[in-house]
Amino acid sequence: MTRLKDWVTAGLVLVVGRGGAPKPKQEAPRIVAAGTPDRHAENVVILLFLLATIAGAAFIVVYALDRLSHQTQWLGLAIGAAFALLALASTVIAHRLVVTEEITEDYPEESPAAQDEIEQIVEESGSRFTRKRLVTVAGVGALGTIGAALLAPAASLGPILHTGELYRTPWRRGRRLVDEGGRALTADEIEEGTFYTAYPEGADRELIAAPIVVVRLPLAEIRERKEWAPRGIVAYSKICTHAGCAVALYRKPTFAAVEPRPALVCPCHYSTFDPAAGGAVLFGPAGRPLPQLPLSVDRTGHLRAAGTFSGPVGPSWWGVRMGKARS
Amino acid sequence: MRPVVRLVTALALLLLLPAAAAAKDGRGAALYAANCASCHGLNGQGVATPTPGANGVDGQGPPLRGVGARAADFYLRTGYMPLANPHDQPSRKHVVFTEAEIRALVKSVASFGNGPPIPTPHPGSVSAGQRLFTDHCAGCHQAVAQGGYVTGARVPPLTDATDRQIAEAVRIGPYLMPRFSTKAITPKQLNDIVAYVDYTKHPDDRGGWPIGHLGPWPEGAVTWLLAAAALVAVCTLLGRRLRA
Repeated sequence: MTRLKDWVTAGLVLVVGRGGAPKPKQEAPRIVAAGTPDRHAENVVILLFLLATIAGAAFIVVYALDRLSHQTQWLGLAIGAAFALLALASTVIAHRLVVTEEITEDYPEESPAAQDEIEQIVEESGSRFTRKRLVTVAGVGALGTIGAALLAPAASLGPILHTGELYRTPWRRGRRLVDEGGRALTADEIEEGTFYTAYPEGADRELIAAPIVVVRLPLAEIRERKEWAPRGIVAYSKICTHAGCAVALYRKPTFAAVEPRPALVCPCHYSTFDPAAGGAVLFGPAGRPLPQLPLSVDRTGHLRAAGTFSGPVGPSWWGVRMGKARS
Repeated sequence: MRPVVRLVTALALLLLLPAAAAAKDGRGAALYAANCASCHGLNGQGVATPTPGANGVDGQGPPLRGVGARAADFYLRTGYMPLANPHDQPSRKHVVFTEAEIRALVKSVASFGNGPPIPTPHPGSVSAGQRLFTDHCAGCHQAVAQGGYVTGARVPPLTDATDRQIAEAVRIGPYLMPRFSTKAITPKQLNDIVAYVDYTKHPDDRGGWPIGHLGPWPEGAVTWLLAAAALVAVCTLLGRRLRA
């Protein structure tokens, strides 16, 4: 018990600093001129610090309460006020309490002799090199390689040499179309005037070429690749050929005579593709048609792929036209 | 009462009933003839090629046989119909008919063929609705149902759409909108979507200023504009003080 008391006393003495006279400081000659004390400014600073403390504490309180209305706003207000008061206090300290003096120093006059001397020193310092050019080439080589090494990870942004992977798709002849739930789609359930998203049965859905969009059009309206569209059902890659967004919009006219014709639209930059004409671009920045997947209907009425896409799937790259989609 | 009198009264009543019904139907038919027939045909058979009709309108429009009370109720209560020019996109307008007139017209259109009735949605789960809305609707209508564009048409915001109109539109697919069958969106899922759209009318804006609910881009842009303006102001002030 007495020990605890001793510790408490020692702590108090240490904190308050009483119980012994402070050591007299050694008197050194002043560098900065003594300023006049400004008790008023000091009071203001103390007050501002106090207010900043309160604002900071308010943030903690509001955070802890967690069921005020407009909590986000109160939090922002509290922490904002704390920082603003802190800034204000610092400004007052800088302007009113720190002793300041203004000293100007003339810019040194130009001295050609001194400049020549420095050049000479640099020149003569290299006297130990016997094969200057070789060392220079080696140095440039080292720096250049390091620079190239720093740029090399950019290659991970996309395949440069092995673009073959970009042409591969999980679709092949005979593969069934399944919906989000893995249920095989039948030709009968595909209705006109709406659209469906489908995937290849038993393949990885995360592959860029996996998702397709399926729509049904009146058979007479299909102008291209009629043999790919049994009963007017057509399928296209769901990935826009411009920037690779999902083609999530399908517009269909209620009354075809006066309204725009059916189209698949990408919501990112409004590339618009014609499902009746092999996915041709009707509008927008896409540079090539939406890849079409040929379809067939099997004996049980299920939809199956009758081959692979008409072109490479996904956003275009430098060599997109140099190859064909393959399974 | 003597049996003969009873029989005569009954017969008279039987004769009168269809007459009364006809009078009621007559009002709908008259309204239909005056406001709809130019484009949709007198018997709802549609008008395939532009044909001069009432009020100087060159009528042209789809047949209404089999669309039922559902479509009629939607198009009339949203003010989509009547349309001054068949080439215009129908948009939400002041409804020109009274409640009684709408009822009569809906009945008249429904009488053209076996069509679906007016739905009665019961808002379901908001969170399930948000997921479904993101999957099926947000591509065009935007995540918080503020509307937008599809090439060739405006996509309306859903701020003024009633529960019934949402349920109707999903099944009908007005103008360029695709329609969704009960297989694509089940009745229960439709109720969830209705609940989410209701939520978007008064969303919980925890951040305060919603900036039109247009998403992160305008929010960031506003922040940058305000912050940049403040920074420029501070820099100008500092520069002035230093020069002085």
